[in-house]
Amino acid sequence: MKTARDTWLVFQRQILLLLRNPVWVFVGVFQPVMYLLLFAPLLKSALNAPSQAEAYKIFVPGLLVLLAIFGGLFQGFGLIAELRAGIIERSRVTPVSRIALLLGRSLRDVVSLIVQAIIITILALAFDLRVFIGDLLLAYLMLALIALMTSAVSYGVALKVKSEDALAPLMNTVAQPVLLLSGILLPLALAPGWLQGLAKWNPFSWAVDGTRALFVGDLGNEKVWQGLAITAVLSVVAVAWAARQFARSVR
Amino acid sequence: MIETRGLRKSYRSRVGRETRTVDAVRGVDLKVAEGEIFGFLGPNGAGKTTTLRMLATLIEPDGGEAVIAGADLRKAPAEVRRRIGYVAQGGSTWDESTAREELVLHARMYGIGKADAQARTVRALEAFQLTEYADRKCKTYSGGQRRRVEIALGIIHEPKIVFLDEPTTGLDPQSRAYMWDEIRRLRAEGMTVFITTHYLDEADALCDRIAIMDHGEVVVEGTPADLKREISGDVLVVGLDPDAVEPANSLLADEPYVRKVESGGDSGLRLYVDEGATAIPWILRRVDGAGLKLRSIELQRPSLDDVFLTKTGRSLRES
Repeated sequence: MKTARDTWLVFQRQILLLLRNPVWVFVGVFQPVMYLLLFAPLLKSALNAPSQAEAYKIFVPGLLVLLAIFGGLFQGFGLIAELRAGIIERSRVTPVSRIALLLGRSLRDVVSLIVQAIIITILALAFDLRVFIGDLLLAYLMLALIALMTSAVSYGVALKVKSEDALAPLMNTVAQPVLLLSGILLPLALAPGWLQGLAKWNPFSWAVDGTRALFVGDLGNEKVWQGLAITAVLSVVAVAWAARQFARSVR
Repeated sequence: MIETRGLRKSYRSRVGRETRTVDAVRGVDLKVAEGEIFGFLGPNGAGKTTTLRMLATLIEPDGGEAVIAGADLRKAPAEVRRRIGYVAQGGSTWDESTAREELVLHARMYGIGKADAQARTVRALEAFQLTEYADRKCKTYSGGQRRRVEIALGIIHEPKIVFLDEPTTGLDPQSRAYMWDEIRRLRAEGMTVFITTHYLDEADALCDRIAIMDHGEVVVEGTPADLKREISGDVLVVGLDPDAVEPANSLLADEPYVRKVESGGDSGLRLYVDEGATAIPWILRRVDGAGLKLRSIELQRPSLDDVFLTKTGRSLRES
């Protein structure tokens, strides 16, 4: 109860500050929009897809997962600024719930991701993408779990390294292989066997597969629940770990 | 209000490949009474902030005990948090928020309901003369205004004790004097105030009792007046020509009535003597007899810096 109240408190403040400066939501969506407009048109022939709409069904889910991963991983920068301004220390002298300090922020990131995802989806609709609303909502749930996980990891790491200079290369190093091994830009079905084997160990590749299944309306596909289960478990682990970083002494 | 025994904290730091243990605080025993302004004085790096952060539950002590406002620091840190306020040295407000937003949020983090938090905020803004700027963003405030917001944040939940880490560092003289009045007002409202400072005049003028810390230990504790009285005798400040300082130093150090000589750089010497009035003519005669030119001589009562000097062998001004 207290945790829920405190989380709401932190979340409210973060959303208020986000709305005061909403330009960041649009900056974040700029790159995926560019992919959508300037890269996706190549895919119909590259993937031998029967139509542009079919190509989008493969590409848009990957793009959304990409957005969720990157959007989350780089949230730690904002936290370092708060750390420097003394906001975290000020919060930590109060009896406020430690997990709420994390969750309030991560939930803001989830909300801002969903807004971005909606923008991308609407744009994709203009390119004849069609997806059933129930499947779309499940896909958004998957994206929300990914964003929760990656932003929690980013916050936890930010509290450990305490400097932008260390956080940026660290997050890039993590993000690069994760991105390439998840079949985001092109499906891993095109990949040689060893690469597919490697990708099996990447949880995000399961998430991408699951989201793609949802976008083609294949709700019964086992990849859907597998993807959801893996991201759910990992986000719980990430949140638990990051909340501990908030509870521990940080300056 | 605060009682600590043997509070310790050490850090491990890595220098190259070597790991070194730095004892930041090595066993601090303190007693702070209810309703007093307690000053924690010492040079930078003495361990003041580390001690303060331990008392405020921000870092866990390696050893020792502390009871703060009746709650055990080691066993019930959450209870300690409810009863204390803490204002950090480096600031604690967000550029893009307003003072009102910050105050309401902070009150609510203590579990205070929304309406109550808003009412407290109005009162705090009034008390700290911030009403006029309450709805402007913090980045538009002057240093003094911002510090007032931070102090208001520290006491919004009406704690029994408030810890202020160097509350006047970086403020102009006017804001500083204003801050002293604010701190006295908190005491008048029944709060116990624990401040750290490296300003001697601040400790002297503001604090009911002080503890002086050096190298992680409390070297002396008492009221400023008692501590100064303990240094029996007077201080003579002798002004000399720059080239006369060194010869006069060796000359006077051997005199039986001089207990200690400290060089004040090019400008002269500080002499610690039993009785200033009788020592002055002796000094005049001795310096004059050696053919050195004396520019001025002044009799002073010992200051807190002299207390620090006699306890540590160093001047606080230099360290």
